[in-house]
Amino acid sequence: MAAIHDLFTSPIKVINVGLPSFHADLKSQNVPVVHVNWQPPAGGNARVAALLDRVRRWQAQVRAGKKE
Amino acid sequence: MAGPIGLERPGWYSDKEGIGMIVRHRIKPQTYFDSVTLMLIGTELKKLAGVTNAVVGMGTDYNIDSLKRLGMYSDAFATVTPADLVLAVQAADTTAGDAALAAAEALLQRRQAPAGSGAAYTPTSQEGGARVLPDANMVLISVPGQFAGRETEIALEAGRHVMLFSDNVPIEEEIRLKENAVRKGLLVMGPDCGTAIINQVPLAFANVVRRGDIGLVAASGTGLQEVTALITRLGFGITQAIGVGGRDLSEKVGGRMTLLAAQALADDPKTKVIVLISKPPAPAVVEALFARLQNTRKPVVVYFIGADPQTIIRAGFKAAATLEDAALQACALSGGKPLSPLMPADEIRRRAAGQTLPGRFVRGLYSGGTLCDEAQRLLKGQLDEIWSNTPVAGCRALPDPFKSQGNCIVDLGEDTFTRGRAHPMIDPGYRQERLLAEAADPDVGLIFFDVVLGFGSHPDMAGAMAAAVRQARARGGHVPRFAATILGTEGDPQNLRRQQATLAEADIEVFPSNVALVTYVQHLLAPKG
Repeated sequence: MAAIHDLFTSPIKVINVGLPSFHADLKSQNVPVVHVNWQPPAGGNARVAALLDRVRRWQAQVRAGKKE
Repeated sequence: MAGPIGLERPGWYSDKEGIGMIVRHRIKPQTYFDSVTLMLIGTELKKLAGVTNAVVGMGTDYNIDSLKRLGMYSDAFATVTPADLVLAVQAADTTAGDAALAAAEALLQRRQAPAGSGAAYTPTSQEGGARVLPDANMVLISVPGQFAGRETEIALEAGRHVMLFSDNVPIEEEIRLKENAVRKGLLVMGPDCGTAIINQVPLAFANVVRRGDIGLVAASGTGLQEVTALITRLGFGITQAIGVGGRDLSEKVGGRMTLLAAQALADDPKTKVIVLISKPPAPAVVEALFARLQNTRKPVVVYFIGADPQTIIRAGFKAAATLEDAALQACALSGGKPLSPLMPADEIRRRAAGQTLPGRFVRGLYSGGTLCDEAQRLLKGQLDEIWSNTPVAGCRALPDPFKSQGNCIVDLGEDTFTRGRAHPMIDPGYRQERLLAEAADPDVGLIFFDVVLGFGSHPDMAGAMAAAVRQARARGGHVPRFAATILGTEGDPQNLRRQQATLAEADIEVFPSNVALVTYVQHLLAPKG
């Protein structure tokens, strides 16, 4: 629950992945926001994307293992 | 809001037959645009002379299937990927087809400037975004559904909360993502979550609300918008409004995010009153949820749309009967004294007094799904038969959603209507057409609708609807009455008062809540004398 408590008690800062209008709306309210000009991963090649995902998950597991 | 804006869907229109037509197509490899942009371009192409149909979409399986169904498929599409842009135009001749493709190119060119234009660098991945804003605590995801799980996973790995606007995310993936999030104590608001307000910041489709001590969890986007806007208009305020996605309280998902969010509000010292809005959850989920809420000493208002309130009352919570009632009860608990609705019952009755309808049927044209549900529930006892594309228990399924019959209340934000078209909260085009068609029916006595303000929504929906009403009147002949509710606050970009004035100037009766609007309809329908 600590992470949600932190969210409720800190200024919201947003990474917007997708529709540009959501970025514009947040920016107009002076909310810190960065827009990601998102593209389908691996140029739309599903097999390569799945491989990249496996590498990413493996890296995340290694990082989590190191923390413990 | 089911399928908020039809992500992943192309801009296709099939209302004209393609006999004797030609099809021109183009593929733009490795060119990605978001679905809303592409749908709006599709709408523009459809307006061009000689064009009967246009598909502008990414090369997803869904879009390619649509092209096949529409008879606009070409073998050239066999190898496209979701990263390739696909254009197909059905036109009277090659000149018109080529002109439409050229127009599409010009429109795409105009849209190509990145949203962050002016900034030195626009990242192309979430990880890149995180390098620009390393202390970001929320990721707002609105990519096509098949990629949404991947982006959510990346956000959770980095310890960030997620608002997941995308729809078409498989339920198994939703469960996996939410299990992961709960383990980390992170929010995953969605999928298919259109509305949230965190620390007073409206995310996606949400209103500018007052700060206060009412915290909300909802599995209904428009429901959450109506209640938070009404709380603000009643002079009270909110701490957090957490959307969880329409499937969260289903048996499979098990209320994972609702339980987490409710606990977070219970622990939040600034939240004094908790409001919970959802369709009736699976029984096992209700049990777990009530057990969790019973541990909090805070008052809880529960609105399970269309469910028996006794279960809620027996569990020791306040049961709301409508969205407005949920707002009134929450404000009463916050302020310590009972409150009256924004428009007193006498005023609604007075407005309806002496009015006769110029036709025997009423037609509701909604952009908000939960408001459409609410209207059906409130009217079904009074009318023998109500037709809808999203019928609640006791109402009947409309055989053709594009054609009204009898007393009819439609949700124009439902998937049938958003396939290839932006949501009616963004694009008023189809609702204006529909209003004109309904108004021409001599049996129609009243047309009523909602105008939803806030971020994400059209900049002047009241103006767009008022224009359609004026057009209907200008045609002469049969003209029904018109009434509307505006969901919004004075802080919204469109400004509530200006929108109210716009509708009133067009001689449309305006009501501050959906319940007030429907109560007015009830009075109009009541036997006279």
